[in-house]
Amino acid sequence: MAIQFQANSFQELVADAEKTFPDECCGFMAGKEDGEERIITAILPVINSKEGDKKRRYLVSPMDYMKAEQWAEDNNLQLLGIYHSHPNHPSVPSEHDRVAAQPYFSYVIASIMDGAFANIQSWRLNDDFQFEEETITN
Amino acid sequence: MATILIPTPLRKFTNNSAKLQVQATTIKETVDELILNFPDLKKHLLDDQGNIRSFVNIFVGNDDIRDLQQENTAVKEETVISIIPAIAGGTF
Repeated sequence: MAIQFQANSFQELVADAEKTFPDECCGFMAGKEDGEERIITAILPVINSKEGDKKRRYLVSPMDYMKAEQWAEDNNLQLLGIYHSHPNHPSVPSEHDRVAAQPYFSYVIASIMDGAFANIQSWRLNDDFQFEEETITN
Repeated sequence: MATILIPTPLRKFTNNSAKLQVQATTIKETVDELILNFPDLKKHLLDDQGNIRSFVNIFVGNDDIRDLQQENTAVKEETVISIIPAIAGGTF
């Protein structure tokens, strides 16, 4: 399992995470699958709809989810995953991340420390509902 | 027949179908028929008690069935049903 960011997708993701600090950002990633490798060519930032503590929680509204599926279809892209940030926290998924995770999607987590990008990792749920890290190849 | 929109994460369990037709009169019948045809969907749609998982939203048109009659919400020939995964998480 591997994932690669192309075009300006990586820069846009990091910019969203830094801009949203100290809250968590969230959004969709889309592109193409090439065997076991995923190529991300576009990201779609969405509003963190969580009511309450956005510094350690994120939520995508059902309407934003439906729009994202339509956006991917309209642009002839495959919806490949979700990104979100962990402000002042490592890029490792929490139990809360795992319990809510969906199959198939890549879950990219950007660690933002004191407002600046620190690290990024990507994770995918296996058949036992546990996260496995996938390699970021760029 | 009613139409069901399958979200991307669940399409690997529906032979990559994004849109399916079902003959059903309620959401419960719809989910039952889906699982009958695609058994691997069950653990992603239902919890251990057989209820729709809390991380799965089902919409009829633009309305969440939680705001209608839950699983007893009526389904008609022209109804479009969306299965929408809850996308959520957080630091700790």
